[in-house]
Amino acid sequence: MEPVTSMHVSVTVNGELYEREVEARRLLVHLIRDDLDLTGTHVGCDTGNCGACTVILDGLAVKSCMLLAVQADGASIETVESLAGPDGALHSLQQAFSDRHALQCGYCTPGMLMSAKHLLDHNAEPTENEIRRAIQGNICRCTGYVNIVEAIDAAARGEVPA
Amino acid sequence: MLLSEVGYARPSSVDEAVRLLAENDGARPLAGGQTIVNVMKARAAAPDVLVDLADLADLRTIATAPDGALELGALATYAQVIASSEVKAARPVIAEVAAQIADVQVRNRGTVGGNVCSNDPTNHLPPVFVAAGASMTLVGPDGERVVPAEEFFLGVYMTAVGPGELLTKVVVPPRDGAGDGFSAITIGADGTCIVNAAATVAGGEARVVLGCVAATPVLLTAAADADAVREAVRAAGLDPPSDLHGPAEYRRQLAEVVAARAVAAAREGT
Repeated sequence: MEPVTSMHVSVTVNGELYEREVEARRLLVHLIRDDLDLTGTHVGCDTGNCGACTVILDGLAVKSCMLLAVQADGASIETVESLAGPDGALHSLQQAFSDRHALQCGYCTPGMLMSAKHLLDHNAEPTENEIRRAIQGNICRCTGYVNIVEAIDAAARGEVPA
Repeated sequence: MLLSEVGYARPSSVDEAVRLLAENDGARPLAGGQTIVNVMKARAAAPDVLVDLADLADLRTIATAPDGALELGALATYAQVIASSEVKAARPVIAEVAAQIADVQVRNRGTVGGNVCSNDPTNHLPPVFVAAGASMTLVGPDGERVVPAEEFFLGVYMTAVGPGELLTKVVVPPRDGAGDGFSAITIGADGTCIVNAAATVAGGEARVVLGCVAATPVLLTAAADADAVREAVRAAGLDPPSDLHGPAEYRRQLAEVVAARAVAAAREGT
């Protein structure tokens, strides 16, 4: 193919197929938030540091501000909106975050949840150190992380009321 | 953030990628994008065309050659390297170092090729590859050439990759009884390196390579004991940069420390 400045992109987000004409310069996070109106995924720093924009792309946690939308062509993406059930029932991680006060302002929470989900998808029984390393790419300026780590640990051990 | 307008192409073969890179002035390869996308946001670079290598599956493989050399495809991600049984068997230090780079999300996307081609002086892998005597395979319009790691890193953000050329793999020779070690002082766990050192020790001799102290990795050789290594670092007359993480004198001191630690780790691995 010869270089183009925009192209047709198809992505599956939370099980639903979307097709859009997308500029090559568009970041994936803007496709998700602005074009698909899935605003649970946040833009924090927009420099790849804070992790608020974390989504799971083909099974791997990525920062969606550090990918071009065209790079996700053909991919399957999970965003924070995929966690709760269709009836609004919270995912065990969401319930654990709520129960254990793992958020204050909540801005980092979508990214924290997706990094935590990526961890538990690959490691069902993480140690505390593994949990801390799994959220290393996610910055929270409110909580000091202790309750977040406890919440992920509780979700992993099934200590969450259904 | 809205980036400057950029062209985009996703070739399906190395030949097509090389043609696109050669034909378009200002074309840059796009691998994982964990550096270049941020560089574009900062307007520190403005490529005219991004040549996305995502469909070049052959560059994604990690393999052991018949002679025991480890072949790391340029598109192999840090996450792949960490999980690779080939890396673990051939040169485990590369997996240990890859596991210290940035964070999970970056390791899921960032690539070996991107790490060496961006050649930020604080990157982890350039010193490791120089110490281990690796070589870089480049493909260009005139065919393939192999550049030793020692000659690959030319300056800050500059490498031997010429216009229209593409790094396809990094080949690391078999250890043959040598041991590898790495040590770094970082800004927080797994953070950016303030100073790092890689060492490969064979037969009592150490190849020590310091990172973050000059525009390119600094290769020193010394007997593989702490005093000799520290003396070699002092004799090198390093002139490291000063920044908010530490003045030059601090880096000079740390260079001795991490060099000795890397050699000690390498000796354990022999």
